[in-house]
Amino acid sequence: MTKPRSENQVTSVTDTSTSILGKAAAQVTPAPLASRIRGMSDRTMAWLFITPTIALLLAINIFPLIWAIYLSFTNYRANRPNAAIEGVGLSNYSRVLNDPNIWQAMQTTAHFVFWTILLQTLIGFSLAYLIDRKFRGHAFWTTIILVPMMLSPAVVGNFWRFLYQPQIGLFNYVVSFLTGIPPSSFEMLGSVALSPWAIIIVDTWMWTPYVMLICLAGLRSIPDYIYEAAEVDRASLWRQFWSITLPMALPFIMLAILFRGIENFKMFDMVTLLTGGGPGSTTEVASITLKREAFESWRTGRASAFAIILFVAVFGLANIYVKALNKVKQR
Amino acid sequence: MSSLNSAHSVVEPGVMSRRIAATIVIAYAIITIIPLAWIFLTSFKSPPDSISYPPKIVFDPTLEGYCNLFTTRTRQTPEYIASLGAPTSICDEITRGRNMVIAGPSNYWPRFQNSLIIAFGSTFLAVSLGTLAAYGFSRFKVPLAEDLLFFILSTRMMPPIAVAIPIYLMYRKLGLSDTALGMILLYTAVNVSLAVWLLKGFIDEIPREYEEAAMIDGYTRMQAFFKVVLPQATTGIAATAIFCLIFAWNEYAFAVLLTSGAAQTAPPFIPTIIGEGGQDWPAVAAGTTIFLVPILVFTILLRKQLLRGITFGAVRK
Amino acid sequence: MQTIKQALLGATSALVLFMAPGLAKADELTLCWAAWDPANALVELSKDFTAKTGTQMKFEFVPWPNFADRILNELNAGGKLCDLLIGDSQWIGGSAENGYYVKLNDFFDKEGIKMSDFADAAVNAYSTWPKGTPNYWALPAMGDANAWFYRKDWFSKPEIQAEFKQKHGRDLAPPKTWDELKEVAEFFNGREIDGKKVYGAAIFTERASEGITMGASSALYSYGFKYENTPGKYDMEGAVNSPDAVAGLEAYKALYKCCTPPGYTDAYMSESLDAFKSGQVAMAMNWFAFFPGLYKDEKVGGDKIGFFVNPKEKVAASTLGGQGISVVANTDNMDGALAYIKWFAQPDVQKKWWSLGGYAVHKAVLSDPSFPESQPFAADFLVAMNQVQDFWQEPSYATLLQTMQKRLHDYVVADKGTAKEALDGLVKDWTEVFKDDGKL
Repeated sequence: MTKPRSENQVTSVTDTSTSILGKAAAQVTPAPLASRIRGMSDRTMAWLFITPTIALLLAINIFPLIWAIYLSFTNYRANRPNAAIEGVGLSNYSRVLNDPNIWQAMQTTAHFVFWTILLQTLIGFSLAYLIDRKFRGHAFWTTIILVPMMLSPAVVGNFWRFLYQPQIGLFNYVVSFLTGIPPSSFEMLGSVALSPWAIIIVDTWMWTPYVMLICLAGLRSIPDYIYEAAEVDRASLWRQFWSITLPMALPFIMLAILFRGIENFKMFDMVTLLTGGGPGSTTEVASITLKREAFESWRTGRASAFAIILFVAVFGLANIYVKALNKVKQR
Repeated sequence: MSSLNSAHSVVEPGVMSRRIAATIVIAYAIITIIPLAWIFLTSFKSPPDSISYPPKIVFDPTLEGYCNLFTTRTRQTPEYIASLGAPTSICDEITRGRNMVIAGPSNYWPRFQNSLIIAFGSTFLAVSLGTLAAYGFSRFKVPLAEDLLFFILSTRMMPPIAVAIPIYLMYRKLGLSDTALGMILLYTAVNVSLAVWLLKGFIDEIPREYEEAAMIDGYTRMQAFFKVVLPQATTGIAATAIFCLIFAWNEYAFAVLLTSGAAQTAPPFIPTIIGEGGQDWPAVAAGTTIFLVPILVFTILLRKQLLRGITFGAVRK
Repeated sequence: MQTIKQALLGATSALVLFMAPGLAKADELTLCWAAWDPANALVELSKDFTAKTGTQMKFEFVPWPNFADRILNELNAGGKLCDLLIGDSQWIGGSAENGYYVKLNDFFDKEGIKMSDFADAAVNAYSTWPKGTPNYWALPAMGDANAWFYRKDWFSKPEIQAEFKQKHGRDLAPPKTWDELKEVAEFFNGREIDGKKVYGAAIFTERASEGITMGASSALYSYGFKYENTPGKYDMEGAVNSPDAVAGLEAYKALYKCCTPPGYTDAYMSESLDAFKSGQVAMAMNWFAFFPGLYKDEKVGGDKIGFFVNPKEKVAASTLGGQGISVVANTDNMDGALAYIKWFAQPDVQKKWWSLGGYAVHKAVLSDPSFPESQPFAADFLVAMNQVQDFWQEPSYATLLQTMQKRLHDYVVADKGTAKEALDGLVKDWTEVFKDDGKL
């Protein structure tokens, strides 16, 4: 959703993958001399240090998750606190899975995820490649490029609504200036054909720098001596790119894709403020549908079922992807 | 000559390729910054200037947007306004020029304060808890450590709306709805998994020999942690703190669903700033500018730590 | 170890104390309402209450597109944000059944506040649940309906009048039917006036909250749309999707397609005002609530603006707006909140409320012989309030509204399917909701 979150996923999935790879060497603690001599035992201290975090996560993450699973089998509605809660078996799940609106939302989400990832990877990698030329002042310009991803997608997304106004907005003005199309002849947020692209443009603007950074880390991890060897073999730049740069940076690119994929699958704030899912349901991504079910219709049971389905989908897809990633890494 | 020789080398890119790279990157950077520059410019426009076509780049700057951001106003007759005394402030003067009077302060400042309290409170808690847990995982043999770490992570794949449903019900029962404490606990829980992962990496890098030496010198393990490990981990803790802070500062979905006023933060509030009639874009731009400044300052001052944090996970093997 | 534990405990409890929701002071009240012109007038009016009782008033105004979402969320969460709430008419059912509002009957009896002093239609719509029974959950605060305004100065230009007469064989005047409305809108659309290209009409198309439903229902009601064949039976087939209803929805879409300014794909109250105030449109729909402000506008107000009630086609009808003021059951300052209601119900305060730009529905205001002349839109307001129709007021109204928003926006703005398909789909959606509620 926002920068730090994706960041978390960076670490998170990396570590997941390393653990799957078994690369993370288990830390075997040598029996420390000093602690046996005096003070509390390591065991006590370990639990003292870890327990608060686990307790917090149990209280704020796991307990509610179990509650949501329970609710997904009931007809509970959060706006009818006095009504009796009845079990309805799997009917919430079957209704969600048979609801054409929800499938349409999933399709919209997929479209959004696919194009944002494609654009961000292409632009982000190209930028990283160019920045890696280490021209004078590249550090400064890199910092400038990073700025959008540090900002709140909600607050900045809201302002893009202004830039996209057909009659007064800067975006339409610039397009019209460059192409000669009258600025009020197209509506980025209001037309069925353009609105999916309006949200893709803003997301790409915000998050390309993130993909760029990870790609840059990948490029910088390639040791110079490999290129030097290629120079000796008189390999062309083109060859060097395809046989050294791209394959060696690939695991990083794939990681970036994974983090962006998870984030954009969860996309809510920016799209809510730009289009609110409109026109009609053209840009209604899954999280917006879920929000409407849960916090406007207050069909809490059904919304919980949908939430669980979404969670399982992200989790499952991410794990399949991580396996593929590990294969690439092992190569 | 030597530069010509290496002209084709990726290791030492040539002058031409550097120039081309610089041109494209700088062009991209400028394009990317235009929307932000536009927010800044708009915040100093008068409402008519902000919606004029073609968009105005040169205009008479005014503080009207900032005045409107911090006040609520009512329209009054010129006679009524004339009957009032002299304007008490520059905002008062500007407002009267629009045939309005200031009715009172707006809710922007309280919301901004909520943002400060919640973002810094949750960052402090998340980093504190995260440091302890990270040290625990890094130095001790914890049963099921891998599973626990994986569990900590997997909580992050849930869409925020999905998490918000049960949290909403739970907070309603506990009376934590629309309280700063509730939001701090929630953001702490979201951030702590990030903090544990980042900090475990940083602490892993600190040689354990340091502590062992300290313990041989007579420190307890606890003393060694506070006096030896913590100072060594400062950079890592700072990098982690920035990430937690940015997340909590920018968060929208939880805030819009779980707060309504008393603990509402700025991100759900800013889009609802309206003037008389439609959205008051200069005021929105002013609110956005003020809200973005702290993050911009952080980004520029602490870019090294930020970069390290972002690429940390990916680079770590 | 012990010290750390104590330190942690201390820190936690300090945090709890620090964050504990500030106990509402007895001399302070928070009133929640939508952020719009009348709310600012209420701020001005409430200064008298503060002067009289010493109670400080705080206000929480939420823009309309977020209002229902946020305040219903707050009520469901059992929050303590609002002591007093001016909530939408459709919320009464749910709020009464869940006990979110205080029932005011005993209080009214004790204080001698008589509901018969207020306009009957307003009491019925804004105060009662179940509808039409003497169970009062709110005091009518603000009467409102959807209506229209137009550029009187453009309509009265001789060359425009002549051209219109030549083209349509009648005088250019505020439209009386939807057919005329479209004719006039088409006539103005694309025309150059004062060197600027103008458009026909600004109408509601907002997707997220209630905009397009409120706008389109102004056409639907006029064309003879009904929610049920038999009131109270939820038999919607043939009513919601009747040929009249289909014609009404088609008329609304035709108006949207032909005559709205570019970019008005997600427009509600504020966009309609913007379009009109910036001189882009000849006509616009909006709630009466905004008319005092429009009339005072220095650029398009005064002589330049005229008002008309929603045109009829088969039926004379207007879409109901307006709200009652309720006491939130969760308040910590019940006495203060009730004191405010008592103060607000006084005829003098109601009169001042009207003069400041609020639509009082106290009979002392409405029946005053000078009322129809008091403002250029006052007479229209009386007409409109006598022909209002409202959306479902069921406890499930939010779901019903949301499905209608989707069906209408998909058809009108996103060009999906036909009007008949949209309304057929709506019958299907609503049937499902009522089945879930056990009403079908």
